[in-house]
Amino acid sequence: MSGATPPPPRIGVLAVQGAVSEHQAALGDVGAWTRRVRAPGDLVGLDGLVIPGGESTTFGLVAGESGLLPAVRAQIDEGMPVLGTCAGMIMLANGIAGGGPQPLVGGMDIVVRRNAFGRQVHSFEADVEVPALGAPPMRGIFIRAPWIEAAGPSIEILAEHGGHPVAARDATRIVTAFHPELTGDRRLHRMFVERVRASSGAQHKEGSVVGAQ
Amino acid sequence: MSDEVAANGAQERATGTETVKAGLARMLKGGVIMDVVDADQARIAEDAGACAVMALERIPAEIRKAGGVARMSDPEMIMGIQEAVSIPVMAKCRIGHHVEAQVLQALEVDYIDESEVLTPADEASHVDKRAFTVPFVCGATDLGEALRRIAEGAAMIRTKGEAGTGNVVEAVRHMKTITQGIRRVVSATAEERFAIAKEMAAPLELVEWVGAHGRLPVVNFSAGGIATPADAALMMHLGAEGVFVGSGIFLSEDPPARARAIVEATTHWDDPAVVARVSRGLREAMPGLEIGELGDGGLLQTRGW
Repeated sequence: MSGATPPPPRIGVLAVQGAVSEHQAALGDVGAWTRRVRAPGDLVGLDGLVIPGGESTTFGLVAGESGLLPAVRAQIDEGMPVLGTCAGMIMLANGIAGGGPQPLVGGMDIVVRRNAFGRQVHSFEADVEVPALGAPPMRGIFIRAPWIEAAGPSIEILAEHGGHPVAARDATRIVTAFHPELTGDRRLHRMFVERVRASSGAQHKEGSVVGAQ
Repeated sequence: MSDEVAANGAQERATGTETVKAGLARMLKGGVIMDVVDADQARIAEDAGACAVMALERIPAEIRKAGGVARMSDPEMIMGIQEAVSIPVMAKCRIGHHVEAQVLQALEVDYIDESEVLTPADEASHVDKRAFTVPFVCGATDLGEALRRIAEGAAMIRTKGEAGTGNVVEAVRHMKTITQGIRRVVSATAEERFAIAKEMAAPLELVEWVGAHGRLPVVNFSAGGIATPADAALMMHLGAEGVFVGSGIFLSEDPPARARAIVEATTHWDDPAVVARVSRGLREAMPGLEIGELGDGGLLQTRGW
């Protein structure tokens, strides 16, 4: 890494289904270059990945078909930073409480409960204190949102709501039950992109970017 | 809008806000919403990767055949589907029937479709959707109709197409008409937008919003006549942000395989190799209907105003 202006971090957004363009816009606001990821080959040359909100069962089925889930897991295991919001948080969890089996990326030492706050009529917005981001609180948009039911020792809880953890991180993953991409507050995306910059600066990278989408 | 206080009393929650109502539609983007009439079909849809299901008594093609008055579904059936799946469950009320909508909200369905597929209950007014905590999706055939529904509080739009026909031609027409309407507003001057708002019978503020942003203020899906993976991909090419598939799945010969294929084609709409692969060996699609043979009285898309 040398020169006056470092190249923008290259961040993929899992694009099986869900709020993809909202994350691309938020990442663009904080100086990242983005690409939609729908197949394992789309991961080549990326510095970070976002798994957006959507339906986790759809992600599991469609991404499972193409071998994308294990490919994503392998990248994260090698240290690629990842941000998961809502369904993205579910995909990164090691387990789901009270639900049937469904394909996940896994790897994060948390157990989540899907639709924990109830059906859409109970979806809500509320101020959420995130001490790691300082004041003021974030406006949390919770849509049929999950919460974190249990977390292991490697997990730092970033925020709680109603007595339940709703945001957390470990060495490579940041997860939220709410949707920072649906507000204009870019602090959480900035935290993620800073982590991506630090990580890609420290690592030897290979592969080249083939094109934006 | 209503406020409720969280269990610990410390953090105030605002439910039913515009962001929360339109936000669920954003989470559905790129997905397929499937019509289902019972819990078994709902499970098939979920296992195929549907991002939501639409619970209704009869699929549109059967409603078309049966004739008579089509109404909101039996709550018992809707609850059975809610029990069966973990994905969002939508249900239809008749146009203007705000009590059916209240019943669906009491049942806690995730989205209400104020739908032309059911027999309209009011020939002058649609439901005032702003008064509800549960979000609404409404059909539209052109930009003016879409903006009128959004003004009434719709948090999601779907092009109407012609439901129950297995013929995509009307869905294509409506999506192109909306897109052309948007292009026209974008290229219009500020003065011209007053006249466009009048002509479209749509609020000026929404016309100006479309002019500034080049899209609808809410998510726009396609519906009405989608029967094959290629149909779904076609609608995505034309600018749909996702698709509703009604009769097309469960009137085909192999519903689980077709449902799965339509989901794949909607995600990979711009990759013909994937659409080709998933289209292989699906057996017969639903039998289609020629729109011209329906006659004006047979059209569902002309319901609503």
